[in-house]
Amino acid sequence: MANVHQFEVVVVGAGGAGLMAGLYASRGAKTAVISKLYPTRSHTGAAQGGISAALGNYEEDKPEWHTYDTVKGSDYLGDQDAIEFMTNEAIDAVLELEHMGLPFDRTPQGKISQRPFGGHTNNETGKPVRRACHAADRTGHMILQTLYQQCLKNKVTFFDEFQVLDFIIVNGKTAGVVAVELATGELHTFHAKAVVFATGGHGRIFEVTSNAYAYTGDGAAVLLRRGLPLEDMEFFQFHPTGIYKLGILITEGVRGEGGILINGAGERFMPKYAPSVKDLASRDVVSRAIYTEIREGRGVNGKNYVYLDVRPEAVNKYAAMDGRTNPDGSPYTITGEQVLAKLPDIIDFCRVYLGVDPITQMMPIQPTAHYTMGGIPTNKYGEVVIDGNNTAFPGLYAAGECACVSVHGANRLGTNSLLDLVVFGKHAGLKAAEYANQSDYTNLPGGTEAAARSQFDTLKNGSGKENAFTISTEMKKVMFEDVGIYRSGSVMESALDKIMELKERFKEIHVTDTGKIFNTELLNAWELGNMLDVSELVTVCALNRTESRGGHSREDYPQRDDDNWLKHTLAWKDNGKIKVDYKPVVITKYQPKARVY
Amino acid sequence: MEVTLKIFRYNPEVDQKFHYETYTIEADETERILDLLEYVKGYHDGTLSFRRSCAHGVCGSDAMRINGKNMLACKALVRDVGDTITVEPLLGLKVEKDLIVDMEPFFDNYKKVLPYFINDSPLPEDGRERLQSPEERARFDDTTKCILCAACTTSCPSYWGSDQYLGPAALVAAHRFIFDSRDEAAAERMHIVSETDGLARCHTIYNCTMACPRDIQITKAIGELKMASITGKLD
Repeated sequence: MANVHQFEVVVVGAGGAGLMAGLYASRGAKTAVISKLYPTRSHTGAAQGGISAALGNYEEDKPEWHTYDTVKGSDYLGDQDAIEFMTNEAIDAVLELEHMGLPFDRTPQGKISQRPFGGHTNNETGKPVRRACHAADRTGHMILQTLYQQCLKNKVTFFDEFQVLDFIIVNGKTAGVVAVELATGELHTFHAKAVVFATGGHGRIFEVTSNAYAYTGDGAAVLLRRGLPLEDMEFFQFHPTGIYKLGILITEGVRGEGGILINGAGERFMPKYAPSVKDLASRDVVSRAIYTEIREGRGVNGKNYVYLDVRPEAVNKYAAMDGRTNPDGSPYTITGEQVLAKLPDIIDFCRVYLGVDPITQMMPIQPTAHYTMGGIPTNKYGEVVIDGNNTAFPGLYAAGECACVSVHGANRLGTNSLLDLVVFGKHAGLKAAEYANQSDYTNLPGGTEAAARSQFDTLKNGSGKENAFTISTEMKKVMFEDVGIYRSGSVMESALDKIMELKERFKEIHVTDTGKIFNTELLNAWELGNMLDVSELVTVCALNRTESRGGHSREDYPQRDDDNWLKHTLAWKDNGKIKVDYKPVVITKYQPKARVY
Repeated sequence: MEVTLKIFRYNPEVDQKFHYETYTIEADETERILDLLEYVKGYHDGTLSFRRSCAHGVCGSDAMRINGKNMLACKALVRDVGDTITVEPLLGLKVEKDLIVDMEPFFDNYKKVLPYFINDSPLPEDGRERLQSPEERARFDDTTKCILCAACTTSCPSYWGSDQYLGPAALVAAHRFIFDSRDEAAAERMHIVSETDGLARCHTIYNCTMACPRDIQITKAIGELKMASITGKLD
């Protein structure tokens, strides 16, 4: 075995969570960060609107309100101890980013600027509160750059463009990972005491998505194959405002700055669905509202889209009608220059991809597959837990979108993803280093690379009767149409049949590239295998949960059912079959009640 | 519409030298060049290799030459470039395979300018943020937009002449920190960019500014660094 490396802690993935884990783990243990992309290509960089913390820089706010808003946003499926932990850490987490140099926008007093976002409220008045700390509409880009820069400053070891293929377990403990170096095609074994997965989500299983090509559920699929469970995989967030057809994200910050949704009849429709906060309701609520408008014939020109309107005259008109004010009590107004200054990337996306100028024209939008709420089950320290009793798996950690703590429950609040990856990335890194310091390396058995090699061989030796690109296209279509915003039993049964058919056909694909150097055809095929496994699991879990909650809306079971379903799903792959079990939701202060915005 | 794609191909495991392959496909004028490359890879030749991730111009993976100009394949639409499209790898970096170039020299130059926030003074006593006025923040806003795609550096004739030249992207990174009122290492960075392979090799050709997919006014930023280097003052 020529390519064997030994690190006490190995972090897989170099987005926000992986970089934060790498930064903290490397302070206490010999650490490597392995990523299939150059770190600055990671999908954290696509996050736009902000990161939440109750700094109260414009008006009163407190972590307790942030906690309650997150619990309510989660439709009571979030674990309240973990949510409280995150919101209490939020202020220090955001200040730490500022201390690392992150260029937040500023208030006139020079403090971090904040904007309203969906579901962020003053719990006493019910009015929107400015909680999202922002750097224009590229907050994720700034977080990713800042954390990567700090990793360079602190000399963190990176293995860029290494795709992790397998997780090595010895005697029930973590022993490392197997990865392929993209530039050479060589397999490498990373012998480790502790491994942190920070591999992101799986939005690419859907046809219309805001997610990067890289979002293929690799971490989840690798651990699933090694017998570990995944949690709440039926819960996936559809963001209300993606660019029509392309799915490119248009931040909720547009509505935070006063943008409104308009249907094909020219009406502002959100007051019908969320009388109190209107266009700033939770994402699941707004996405369903848009879909309902479209299904009832009020899409634009009978098509599958509505308008998002941030033209200053529209913003000012509706802000006056809503009685919206500035922090000093004066009426809220906005100019075209201010829209451009606050939302430069959004304006650019619309001009480039749509030929639409949002200062003078309305933006055509539709809901887009956006965020994986479910994932690798962890506790609030990032330790991976593997059963209904929350038993920790020795040496294994997960953080960021690939993990399910669960702080997002059935629906994530906007800006909580960036907060999640900073807070839990840090704790996963700290815990991994602490564990590594207290443990010895396992003996590494021979043949660690055999399983990964065999997966590659299968892809290379298939008959070629099937085309991977076609299978991928069919998968994305059936997942978006049939396991999307609205779901029902019979439709999902046929979707599951289709996924199983695609999995069979996938066995007949043939990778034509026989080379070793940047064999992206082989890697894409391997990622497609991950997406098919994840799609099957998502569909099975969605069929299994016979209620509607947060992002999971069953037309055949339209009500939330706390008597039977106030519990997390755990799902395993067991001899080719999916096995489902449950664990309780942690409820501390907030008893479930009806969710109204 | 029918589109003709002429793509630079080179596989070091097979080819003695590069060649071009031409593919004729159906495409919509609103499609991205990246969509076309994906289609060719999916249905014509699986071995075609290129980097991509976000597909909307924020991750910096897919910078390449499209009809001779450096662009992101995900931000160039058919309607912008026409129906006869030549796609080639970036110039000035070694081609590893097809449209994939060796990015290591590019990142090595980036790392030379201390591209990270430096402030060793004590934090504010209340533990809160270091204050910075909106005007101070605006001073370096433009250069915070960089996504390290290398479109600027690989469009620069000075960089083609010598990869020891830091190049526009590294200078943009230096600018982002030098003009940040909270940072304390401006003098050290000014020293680095003022050496022979720094500012002196910029001949104000503007290729970098025209190539930037984030619309950063790179030549202006470099000009501000030059002015600071000459006057010894940041403003």
